[in-house]
Amino acid sequence: MIAPDRLYDLALVFAFAALSLAQILAMIRLVIGPDVADRILALDTMVVDAIGLIVLLGIAQGTEIYFEAALIFAMLGFVSTVAYARFILRGDIIE
Amino acid sequence: MNVTDLVEIIIAVALVIGALFTLVGSIGLLKLDTAMKRLHAPTKAATLGIGSLLVASMLHSFAFGSGSLKEILIMVFLFVTAPISANFIAKVAIHRGQDMPPPEPPKDQNWATLNPTDETVPGIEAPAKT
Repeated sequence: MIAPDRLYDLALVFAFAALSLAQILAMIRLVIGPDVADRILALDTMVVDAIGLIVLLGIAQGTEIYFEAALIFAMLGFVSTVAYARFILRGDIIE
Repeated sequence: MNVTDLVEIIIAVALVIGALFTLVGSIGLLKLDTAMKRLHAPTKAATLGIGSLLVASMLHSFAFGSGSLKEILIMVFLFVTAPISANFIAKVAIHRGQDMPPPEPPKDQNWATLNPTDETVPGIEAPAKT
C-alpha cells in the first residue's frame, strides 16, 4: 500500500505527463490535418489542454493565482475558434 | 487514516481521471479517420477531463488553502461554449468537407455561408440566384 502523499505526487506527475502527451498529439493533428476543420479542431483541443496544464500548475504550486489565466485562456480559445470558423464560412469575421 | 489522507486520495483519483480523459480525447483526435468522427472525440472528453481536473483543484484549495469555488466559472464556461464551437467546426467540415455534400437548406435557396461552388466542393450545383 502506497502512502497517500506518495500517491498524490504520483498522480500529479502522471497528469502532467498525460496532458503534455495530449498536447503533442493534438499538435501532430494540427500539422497533418487534411482540412481546415481539422486544424481548427486541433487548435481548440490544444487550448483546452493548455487550460488543464495551467490548472495542474496551480495545484502543484498550491496557489490560486493561475485561476484568472485559465479563465482568460478559456474565453480567448472560444472566441478564436468561432472567429476562425466564421472566417472560413463567410470570408469575413464581422460583417 | 485521517481526513487529509482521504482528501489526498480523492484528489489523486480525480487527477488521474481527468488526465486520462484528456489523453483519450487527443488520441481520438489523432486516430479517427473522418472529420466528423474526429469532431466527437475531443469536445466531449475535454469537457469531462477539464471538469475532473477542476474538481481536483477545488478540493485541493479547500483542503490545503482558503478554499475557492471560482473554478466552477471555468467549468460552466467550457460546458456552455463547447457545443457552440463544435457546431461551428462541424459547419466548416460540412461546407469544405470531402465526406459528404451539405444537405438541402430547409427554407432558403442556399446556406448562410460562402457559395459552395466558390470552394469547388464536388457534387454541388450552383444555387439559383434570386
